[in-house]
Amino acid sequence: MSDPIDPAVAEDVRRPSYGQRRRDRIDALAQAGAVDDTPGVSLIRGAWLRLRRNPVFLTGAAITVCFVVLAIIAPWIAPWDVTARPLLDEVRPQTNPVPGPQPGHPLGGDDRGRDLLSRLIVGSRQTLIVGVFATLFGLIGGVILGTIAGAIGGAVDSLVMRIVDVMLSIPSLLLAFTVASLARSPSQWTLIVSIAIIQIPIFARLLRGSMLAQRSSDHVLAARSLGVKKRAIVFRHMLPNSIGPVIVQATLSLAVAIIDAAALSFLGLGNPDQRQPEWGQMLGLAQRYISEAPHLAFYPAGCIIVVALGFTLMGESLREALDPKTRR
Amino acid sequence: MTQHQTIRSSPRSTEPLLSVRDLRVTFQRRDERAFKAVDGVSFDVRPGQTVGLVGESGCGKSVTSLAIMGLLPKRGNTVEGEAVFDGDDLLSLSPSQMRDRRGADIAMIFQDPLSSLNPVITIGRQVTEVMERHQGLSRKEATPKAAELLDRVGIPDPKARLANYPHQLSGGMRQRALIAMALACSPRLLIADEPTTALDVTIQAQILALLKELVVDTGTALVMITHDLGVVAGLCDEVNVLYGGKIVERGGRHGLFRQPRHPYTVGLLDSIPRLDAPRGEKLNPVPGSVADNLPWDSACAFAPRCSHRVDVCTREMPRWDGDDVVGFRCFNPVGGPR
Repeated sequence: MSDPIDPAVAEDVRRPSYGQRRRDRIDALAQAGAVDDTPGVSLIRGAWLRLRRNPVFLTGAAITVCFVVLAIIAPWIAPWDVTARPLLDEVRPQTNPVPGPQPGHPLGGDDRGRDLLSRLIVGSRQTLIVGVFATLFGLIGGVILGTIAGAIGGAVDSLVMRIVDVMLSIPSLLLAFTVASLARSPSQWTLIVSIAIIQIPIFARLLRGSMLAQRSSDHVLAARSLGVKKRAIVFRHMLPNSIGPVIVQATLSLAVAIIDAAALSFLGLGNPDQRQPEWGQMLGLAQRYISEAPHLAFYPAGCIIVVALGFTLMGESLREALDPKTRR
Repeated sequence: MTQHQTIRSSPRSTEPLLSVRDLRVTFQRRDERAFKAVDGVSFDVRPGQTVGLVGESGCGKSVTSLAIMGLLPKRGNTVEGEAVFDGDDLLSLSPSQMRDRRGADIAMIFQDPLSSLNPVITIGRQVTEVMERHQGLSRKEATPKAAELLDRVGIPDPKARLANYPHQLSGGMRQRALIAMALACSPRLLIADEPTTALDVTIQAQILALLKELVVDTGTALVMITHDLGVVAGLCDEVNVLYGGKIVERGGRHGLFRQPRHPYTVGLLDSIPRLDAPRGEKLNPVPGSVADNLPWDSACAFAPRCSHRVDVCTREMPRWDGDDVVGFRCFNPVGGPR
């Protein structure tokens, strides 16, 4: 009755698919880093000069440093042992399941009478370990795949990149969830492996994009004209010049890895061992008391948000500082 | 002629070191018409000789050099003909044999010295890399030699420069460093692809003087690719003028400049601004652009832009009139037929 093509529907048709949008974003990042009009070292120095005065970067860096320091010294500054149950006497399963704040326990306790503040502090360790290792393994896997695709090219490149595209077309958390649920007994390694797997295609596509730009660059041609061997060209001339955007992406990926790890752990796919507290796990346990004691969920969730924000602010300002297009 | 001492395997200096015969490079992209970038180019380079390849953008001069070096991408290109270097046809060598030759026997210098250096490793490392690759030296053994090389190409304080990154050097210094890399293994043939185009005029003169000096001192043969006739006049023994992928005129430097025969050569010479011309005199560019070319097999490619055109020019391909030292390819040459 109206127009043959509903504008809303047409809009929807033109919208690129989920996988396409992710691929485009990664490629844009590869492009940004691959622009080779400024030499490497001065680019980094210039970026540092800009970063030093950037309040966004400083905020992100401050949060990140606080968090890392906290995670390292956690066992020494936590007022209580995470397995001790000093507030056990306060727990009344029927009337007061979660002891509130009181002297010596500024955040109160949890449903088993353990000190909440101590568990939050120590929980930062697991979160950091999962985030860092997942990103590290994802980075290693992605760099290997991206180097193979970018250096060999041709059919190998097509094969690797099609696999990567398939992985990118699956929503990442869903893929991580699927991988994690394959594990016989969940642990933090389940989290690390499943999150590393969803990071691999992102790094692979990013690195392959900037490797391709390097392959046709003048200095690679010059190296070839001097008979330099293929392996030296790949590892000495192409890889060091294309790794920049990948490192930036790794900073951003840390935040995503922490959030994803918390999400999986919340869903019960993480480490079930309560002697090793973890924010996502604490969030999952808080569900039962969400109406009586919302603060039990609020504190770990708040920590996750702040830490993820710290890494994101740092990564985004790093990306902007290194991106020649946004440079003033 | 002191060059003769450094010539290793050629029994006589008149025997060509590099002999390019009927080189053809065709670009073929899927679903597109094939494009003949180089259409039957033949020339010789004798030991110690400097040969110029001159022409405007798109005439095939860079493609010729990349084809000889085996540096054209494999996909979408066909390279035919011969490029005999020291008895071997470079075009039929395997990729790994060719890799062993590049840098050791034949080296190349490129146009843009900044982008041709790897921005993330030091100058010293880039020079020693070549020697490690071809002469089996360790990095330690190669380093003093690299300093000597930098000294020889006129880089002051060479030992300190070894630790510098490319962006810390000026444009002229970078080009000198590139020349040092190319000369690291004393190649017998050096191909310079517009080595002075990205530099300013005073530096251009220094780099050309350096090249001249090195060619004379080492007896290296030099193929000079340029669009700048001034460079050719100062440096080359023999000049080949390319148009549309074919050599349209060849001659010794003096003969070609004094009495150019092909209308295109005449046009190129006329289009050079002269300081001694009266004020207000207009420049004489060659009209049209390379895009107006006719296909060589049925006409003279230059005919649409030619002021000397006669009827036969658009009907038939002009034959090579001359030998492998002097000659031209024209039906109606300036100054009448030979």
